[in-house]
Amino acid sequence: MDDVLSTPGRVLVTKIGLDGHDRGSRIVAAFLRDAGMEVIYTPPWQSIDAVVALARQEDVDVIGLSTLATDHLIIPDLMDALQEAGLEDVKVVVGGIVPNPEHDMLHDAGVAAIFGPGAAREAIVDSVGQLAATAREAKFESLGG
Amino acid sequence: MAALSRVLSVIDGGGPVAQRLVRALHQLERQAVVVGFTGPPGAGKSTLINAYIRHLRQLGTSVAALAVDPSSPKSGGAILGDRARMGEHVTDSGVFVRSLSARGHLGGLTLNIHALVHAVDAAGWDVIILETVGAGQSEVEICRVADASVVVNSPGLGDEVQAMKAGILEIADILVVNKADLPGAANTVQQLTGMLALRSGVGRDVPVITTTATSGDGVEAMAYAIGEVTSQATPTGRAVRARAHAADLIADAAANQVRALMGNTVNDRLDELTQAVLSGELDVTQAAEKALRSIGIESPT
Repeated sequence: MDDVLSTPGRVLVTKIGLDGHDRGSRIVAAFLRDAGMEVIYTPPWQSIDAVVALARQEDVDVIGLSTLATDHLIIPDLMDALQEAGLEDVKVVVGGIVPNPEHDMLHDAGVAAIFGPGAAREAIVDSVGQLAATAREAKFESLGG
Repeated sequence: MAALSRVLSVIDGGGPVAQRLVRALHQLERQAVVVGFTGPPGAGKSTLINAYIRHLRQLGTSVAALAVDPSSPKSGGAILGDRARMGEHVTDSGVFVRSLSARGHLGGLTLNIHALVHAVDAAGWDVIILETVGAGQSEVEICRVADASVVVNSPGLGDEVQAMKAGILEIADILVVNKADLPGAANTVQQLTGMLALRSGVGRDVPVITTTATSGDGVEAMAYAIGEVTSQATPTGRAVRARAHAADLIADAAANQVRALMGNTVNDRLDELTQAVLSGELDVTQAAEKALRSIGIESPT
């Protein structure tokens, strides 16, 4: 542990919108922890403003959004809000049910990765870990070691 | 707020840049009041802090909370869930909450909590709340950092009160029995009051306050008691506590280095000593002295 770049990745695992099925987000939170990451876990039903405030106060590297019942449709609004808040370095990943025709819409909005049913644990951990490292470097590049 | 958030990350990560920041912050005299909450897991610390923040916000006071959760001894990862109970304040610009992983540090807080508190203070927050990991017997460092230490207990935790006898009970400036609406609360109050009466030489009265964090009952009384304690805090007292805490941290770090050295370099010797302790030839203290000597450290005893 030499400096901020070598500390564990910080990931916000949360849900926006009105759906309360949080089993998936709990499972993902647990295995990100088991992969050595620091997971800020919230209950479902967060507002977009709340997620922006959480991401800012907790200085997270990655936001993981679980969406099972069309909540992914408001993710582009969240991406805009993050941009406005100056949090464009934070990576956003989505897990759950996103119909194939709507993947492009999320990618265009800036979502870094989408994991559907059956996604391997290793794939999620690897992707989130790499994105966290990239985000951390972008955030602190001005430190200059 | 974004700047403070990043500064906390840098300090928490350590290294040369963090040290430069800590040196700069050290020049500033602390202005904020620091209130610590500790107690066994499930006592309701986070919910009580949430209610306390609500109380402070009604008075127009700005509040920052640093909430520590334990890290996994296996992976080093952590689930930081304290703020799940503080959701009502998340979009209030007068409230800042940061979740911290203990990152293997024992004692209830984090290794660099003093510097983190300094940084939050420098950012101008009026009150800084610290929440320890769920604690019982040995996590007493909160009293080195906080101007007032609130030990939260609740009924129905079985022998937790017993566990607190020789542990965090002793560091309490204020004792809270939370979940006072549950059966057994009066009993818990009675037990705690009885234990306080048995202590000698403490030199201060420790109030026992009942709260129901979910309804807010008792929170005002608790806030008043906290104010009574924090109004007594002086820069000198804070400096004494900070030095004592730093000395503890150095001793702990030294012990960890000795442990690493022993693990790396004196395995054969350690095997011998292990046998000697198990067979009753040496006691643990004697074996420790010999182990230290084998890596070139003369034990003071």
